[in-house]
Amino acid sequence: MATKIYIPRDSSALAVGAEKVAAAVAAEAKARGLNIEIIRNGSRGLYWLETMVEVATENGRVAYGPVKVKDVASLFDADFIHGKSHALNLGLTDEIDWLKKQQRLTFARVGITDPVSLDDYLAHDGYKGLKNALKLSGADIVKAVTDSGLRGRGGAAFPTGIKWNTVLGCEADQKYIVCNADEGDSGTYSDRMIMEGDPFVLIEGMTIAGVAVGATQGYIYVRSEYPHALATLNAAIEVANKASYLGSNVLGSGKVFHLEVRRAAGAYVCGEETSLLESLEGKRGLVRFKPPLPAIEGLFGKPTVVNNVISLATVPIILDKGAQYYANYGMGRSRGTLPIQLAGNLKRNGLVELAFGATLRELLYDFGGGSFTGKPIRAVQVGGPLGAYLPESQFDTPLDYEEFAKLWAVLGHGGIVAFDDTVDMAKMARYAFEFCAVESCGKCTPCRIGSTRGVEVIDKITANKGKPEHVNSIQLVRDLSDTMLNGSLCALGGMTPYPVLSALNHFPEDFGVSSGGLSSETKVG
Amino acid sequence: MLGSHTTHDVNASIDALITQYQHQPGALLPLLHAIQDSVGYVPESSYAQISKALSLSVAEVHGVVTFYHHFRSHKPGRHIMQICRAESCQAMGSEALEAHAKKCLNVDYHQTTADEAITLEPVYCLGNCALSPSVMMDDEIYGRVSPADLDALIAEVKA
Repeated sequence: MATKIYIPRDSSALAVGAEKVAAAVAAEAKARGLNIEIIRNGSRGLYWLETMVEVATENGRVAYGPVKVKDVASLFDADFIHGKSHALNLGLTDEIDWLKKQQRLTFARVGITDPVSLDDYLAHDGYKGLKNALKLSGADIVKAVTDSGLRGRGGAAFPTGIKWNTVLGCEADQKYIVCNADEGDSGTYSDRMIMEGDPFVLIEGMTIAGVAVGATQGYIYVRSEYPHALATLNAAIEVANKASYLGSNVLGSGKVFHLEVRRAAGAYVCGEETSLLESLEGKRGLVRFKPPLPAIEGLFGKPTVVNNVISLATVPIILDKGAQYYANYGMGRSRGTLPIQLAGNLKRNGLVELAFGATLRELLYDFGGGSFTGKPIRAVQVGGPLGAYLPESQFDTPLDYEEFAKLWAVLGHGGIVAFDDTVDMAKMARYAFEFCAVESCGKCTPCRIGSTRGVEVIDKITANKGKPEHVNSIQLVRDLSDTMLNGSLCALGGMTPYPVLSALNHFPEDFGVSSGGLSSETKVG
Repeated sequence: MLGSHTTHDVNASIDALITQYQHQPGALLPLLHAIQDSVGYVPESSYAQISKALSLSVAEVHGVVTFYHHFRSHKPGRHIMQICRAESCQAMGSEALEAHAKKCLNVDYHQTTADEAITLEPVYCLGNCALSPSVMMDDEIYGRVSPADLDALIAEVKA
């Protein structure tokens, strides 16, 4: 029997040479007359070890990494196809501490299965959730999602079940399920990992959503920067259609659910749900006024569920194992698990799925291993480009929506970007305004104009350190932030003040301000 | 790409794509993608054809093409190199990489090298934040890119 060898097809593994490693392994095996089968899996999420090659042995899968093309011949020499020792041998994959300490629910299969093999998906508990859902009424499915405590993982943390219930309650000739896969936040890649590593779980989640609320058409809006995710999703949808897991008679239930992938076009603002809907309709991604809510008047004016990839990909396990099973994880009002993405200047970056409640410090040091450069970690940005910067004094904060809100910070989509002590926080504040200016849809004035004025004022602050007008510029940034915060139509303009003011409040020295002079101004928001 | 083909070929190709896509709900973005994938850009001369087929004004088509960073209305170089400017890559030295690229290619962002080989574009996150800094050359992503890696990448596509 052929020995199974797993080599990831994940974008980040490809970014460090996985394709060439796979070709080299195939060629070497052929030259040596060895019978192997290469499976292109998703990534286990231990990115500092990519390309991580796994071999199936009778004791389980044995991992080797990081493998470069130049290592391939020596791996064969060491008889790695029987799991033998080699300098890159990491032992049994399941016993790797970094993985063992996690609670992988949404990511249960990622890195383990062949992403486009329906048989593999079914063999690993796939489609159990949909099969259960097909026995329930729409209201009961929605109740299970509500009871699980699942909140929108895109960043807004709105209870998923409540959103679904609104759509369920609407009478309409057509309803839609829209998956927001426009994962534009820097430091986040969990949506990409699901789409490339376990696309069926997203397809299943969307199908359950469709069955629950009575929607017959779904769209997945995927960023154009993710060519591999687009290809993998399209391949999986084709398989699901052929096997009647999608289409005009889902698993013989008489329910209809069609699914289509739509490619975005590089506008960050289209991650905002109403802008995304405009884009799907073929227009510029201008943010809509709310109300009406998309749940009532969404895509093409019809009731629409708009959920993030992770929210939808978490629905199958809730319907499989029950709402209580999922709700038993977590703390406070943050139930379940959060797929956390470690990024930036850390030694061991990757995907860490944990119940809510772990602290930033555990993630940065126990999982992340401290900074990549070996210098002290000075700041971390959590929740993407609109998230606050946190200083070392806040690293003991547990990952929980409400605990972060108390600090005037956000968890967002679960991305954590670490910076060492060479970072200039005034520059990061300037970048936040600059990014907002580049990506603003232009509909509301605070965002469109405020962002550009923000860049100019930060430049004045940097140029005028020590001069009398400096104090006025600092006050101007605060006033401008107040206007953007309260006057913007959506989170792009409305949250740009988070990185700006958190940088100013926690790292005033980078703006030429002594921390003592800030006492009356530290309160923001 | 049809870069070397005649205007007549390009127009015929765009007509075929319009026929293929025009009846989809929200057809404009899928159509613009198809045109750009095939021709390399969305020629301004095609706005009239597109607007007529989709019952839009030329201004609406122009508005959509220019709203989205991905679409371009002018012919790019033979290869498109995108450098990530987002925070995670900044934390790992992307600013030095940007400066290096601009210097060796002798272009700024949104410009094409004199030999028409490479168009340089900024990008805000490629989802490769675990292995920053990141660069995308056409459809291929590269992680942990050093200035020397960038030189090799440029040499490879220019060869």
